[in-house]
Amino acid sequence: MIAYIIRRTLYAVPILIGVNLLTFFLFFVVNSPDDMARMHLGMKRVTPAAVEQWKHAHGYDQPLLWNAAAGGAAKLTDTIFYAKSVRLFMFDFGRSDEGRDIGYDIRQRMWPSLAIAIPTLLIGLLVNITFAMLIAFFRGTAFDLAAVVLCVMMMSVSTLFYIIGGQFLIGKIFDLVPISGYLPGIEAWKFLILPVAVGIVSGIGMGTRWYRTIFLEELGKDYIRTARAKGLSERLVLFRHALRNALVPILTGIVAVLPLLFMGSLLLESFFGIPGLGSYTIDAINSQDFAIVRAMVFLGSALYIIGLLLTDISYTVVDPRVRLR
Amino acid sequence: MSEPLLEVRGLKTWFDTAGGPIRAVEGVDLSIARGETFALLGESGCGKSMTALSIMRLLPAAGRVVAGEVRLGARNLLALPEMAMRGVRGRQLAMIFQEPQSSLNPVLSVGTQIAETLRRRGKGSHERRVLDLLDAVGIPDPPRRAREYPHQLSGGMKQRVMIAIALAGEPELLIADEPTTALDVTIQAQVLALLRDLQRRTGMALLLITHDLGVVAEMADRVAVMYAGHVVEQAPATAFFAQPAHPYSRKLFASLPNLGKRATRLAVIRGSVPSLAHEFKACRFEARCDYAWSACRETLPRWLEHEPGRRVRCHLYDPAQAGESLTDRDFVGDTGKPMAGTEPIPVRGSLLQVDNLKVHFPIHAGLFKRVVGHVRAVDGVSLAIPPGRTLALVGESGCGKTTVGKGILQLLRPSAGSVQYAGEELTRLGGRALRRRRKELQIIFQDPYSSMNPRMMIGDILEEGMIAQRIGRTRAARLERVAALLAQVGLDADVMRRYPHEFSGGQRQRICIARALAVDPKLIICDEPTSALDVSVQAQILNLLQELQQRLGLSYLFITHNLAVVEYLAHEVAVMYLGRVVEQGTVEEVLHAPRHPYTRALLSAVPTVDPQSKREIIRLAGDLPSPANPPAGCHFHPRCPQAMPQCREGYPGATHFSTTHSARCYLYGDGAYAQDAENGAYAATEKTERHVIRSR
Ligand code: SF4
Ligand code: SF4
Repeated sequence: MIAYIIRRTLYAVPILIGVNLLTFFLFFVVNSPDDMARMHLGMKRVTPAAVEQWKHAHGYDQPLLWNAAAGGAAKLTDTIFYAKSVRLFMFDFGRSDEGRDIGYDIRQRMWPSLAIAIPTLLIGLLVNITFAMLIAFFRGTAFDLAAVVLCVMMMSVSTLFYIIGGQFLIGKIFDLVPISGYLPGIEAWKFLILPVAVGIVSGIGMGTRWYRTIFLEELGKDYIRTARAKGLSERLVLFRHALRNALVPILTGIVAVLPLLFMGSLLLESFFGIPGLGSYTIDAINSQDFAIVRAMVFLGSALYIIGLLLTDISYTVVDPRVRLR
Repeated sequence: MSEPLLEVRGLKTWFDTAGGPIRAVEGVDLSIARGETFALLGESGCGKSMTALSIMRLLPAAGRVVAGEVRLGARNLLALPEMAMRGVRGRQLAMIFQEPQSSLNPVLSVGTQIAETLRRRGKGSHERRVLDLLDAVGIPDPPRRAREYPHQLSGGMKQRVMIAIALAGEPELLIADEPTTALDVTIQAQVLALLRDLQRRTGMALLLITHDLGVVAEMADRVAVMYAGHVVEQAPATAFFAQPAHPYSRKLFASLPNLGKRATRLAVIRGSVPSLAHEFKACRFEARCDYAWSACRETLPRWLEHEPGRRVRCHLYDPAQAGESLTDRDFVGDTGKPMAGTEPIPVRGSLLQVDNLKVHFPIHAGLFKRVVGHVRAVDGVSLAIPPGRTLALVGESGCGKTTVGKGILQLLRPSAGSVQYAGEELTRLGGRALRRRRKELQIIFQDPYSSMNPRMMIGDILEEGMIAQRIGRTRAARLERVAALLAQVGLDADVMRRYPHEFSGGQRQRICIARALAVDPKLIICDEPTSALDVSVQAQILNLLQELQQRLGLSYLFITHNLAVVEYLAHEVAVMYLGRVVEQGTVEEVLHAPRHPYTRALLSAVPTVDPQSKREIIRLAGDLPSPANPPAGCHFHPRCPQAMPQCREGYPGATHFSTTHSARCYLYGDGAYAQDAENGAYAATEKTERHVIRSR
């Protein structure tokens, strides 16, 4: 098990280097430092001198990958790639193009993100499993059919609809909570409750339908027939036998996205004005701050790899058949 | 007979499908007495399992009981509310299933799954009782096993756990649906013996559902034969095996392969089981019956008690119908006809020569997945197949027999040893040269369906190989050949434009054989080609293989666990155990004068339909060890009834009893005798006799 984790972590290194290289090329080769400088300086006062000055100030005046002018190890280190991308591996995100400390921003902004993402996930899971089991209990009836149709309808509607509908109904008509905004500390719940509710409702269609499929698959298996042949009640059959097995794919699916919760939700945060990492990313894209975007892409892929590793580990916890070697 | 325990009357179970109801069970009547073993015999799709599930009221969602009664004592189970029925299940009625693998919950421990049934009888700790039950079903070290999960147990162990679960409720009737079909013969013998023993101790009745006449002969007090949704014959087992009454039952017996039928055609039941989508107005066996006459097409045969306790549904026994009496009719039909040209082909050298073949799979472990050991799936196998002959490779699951086949074809590259085909070393061939040779070596598999691309038409499937091997210049020439091939395997040319799913299992196997024949092979490796088929269909395929060998001079390497098929078809036999051949020789030598203790146990474990042969079953203890970690010395010693201290020390060499017959066992010396074959055989015989006497 320990050996497995170490090996997987080692596998992650080339993947992260690949991701890093890819984003590097996307940002610097397609979009050269000169272009970046012009974009930041605006269209009016672009003189070659101003461009050079901007590049120097932001550390873009080095060669991209190989500094032939420097000596020794500096041939590699005095490059844009080394300065801007390799440091990410130490989770040293450096400064944004506006000069802010990205690491500090991330530490500040991850809490509001988590405050939305975690309740959405947990309550959503509970709601979806309950609905799915209820539907599975009435499998093959008109209720089942109606529920599936409803799920598909809910899936087909865009998340934007739920956001705007929620803001309009709860925030404006009933005036129960503020439409958007955020306050730190204990007051935050007022601002969080609506995005969390919208997040849960918008996920019901997809989640319930998926879990229903998993339940029905388990209910069709031979061991369920054995449990019935023992004379167990439908309640025990559903909860002890089917649920235990259905949780294997459900939980491991959830664990995979767990680390990504840090990244926040792009849509929810920007619409509800929550200062989380999701809106941070959106803002950075809007203001073309590539240092932030690069940091977030790198963080996202690192977290994704952690998620996959956690998935494998969680299998060993919930499924006695799986042993990692 | 006293008051019956369970009585089924006029049971009808239908399945709703988009195309209307399928009448899976159409009027089944049974009665089972306390403590007896009642066998329900039939081929796949005859409704026997559905009858059992109807009794338990555990039908799948699409099925429903349309009519009938199931009486357990004074109660009609079909009329009980679901709550009350739950009280019956697991207490008065228990059931075990064919696939112990999937029938246990993978995420609950064995102990929990047994205790669940106990908990229904009262709260409190049931630990003691769980351990007792595990002990009662012969599972060693119950405290450890109770904490384990199903995947940690072997197939035989899992079925024992299923039996323990069933026993936990102390049922009056245990329904066993093909309980040993998924198990190896030596394990099957253990489980059947266990069931019989438990039955004697607890006095429960057993409803045994099976397709295997041998199992019925071994176990049953009474038999009912099912065909196309209803019971066609009911009789006490002894009377049934002495002389089956219904034409269908007789055909079943006639289609069983065995030594006596060698070089003759096995009986086949022509046509296929009729569709159950409509109601039958006449005898449902009519289209396939050799005795059918006008009355059979007009009226449904009624139950007739032609002897006390023996009932049959056939007009032949109905004085009101039969124009001529039964005895005037000839029951032999087309069975037993000799094959055309059955003179053995003279043996000249060998077509395939395998020497010391080894196929090892590396085991990886540790941080960098270093190779820490090998699974010795095949560990030094030598075989020779002459042209036009059949060598059977026999063994239980996991013995490596399938791996031998793959190693010969170079589908798996051997770790060591040589495979010579027509004098050419295949292990050294690569790429194109190997591909050219492949056309002479073909393989057919157990599951014909999964070995065909479901989206290709039959014609294209057959043509594919020919194109790869450049056989037939033009499309027209190839298509002509496809038609000829299909005719050769007994199919019409118009199947070319159909898809694999449109065919039954037997027809698909024919198509696979045609595909193998398409490239003009000299040797066909048949990997359990009939294990997934019903006996009557198996007979068709065996006839076909036999015929093709006569006609085309093919050699077969027949990989199987079914000894009856070996007896019928093979010339030579090699018996494998844990990656090595332990005994080989001609069929007569190995099957009729077996020397190796494993061969003897294997042979004695096969249930036989012959009521005369009340042979002693040599019961092997334990399961097959893992080939990753085989026991030291003779791999068989932990299970061998005749093991000696010497057996632990090294693997015995081969002792020859004749030019063809050899075995690897210390009972016959240690290969040192090999040069002196006559002497060795003589000394060995004496030694065995002594051992047999001592072991009794
Ligand atoms: S009733 Fe007629 S067709 Fe049916 S089994 Fe008897 S003889 Fe054959
Ligand atoms: S060598 Fe020994 S253990 Fe092996 S089969 Fe012979 S007697 Fe049994």
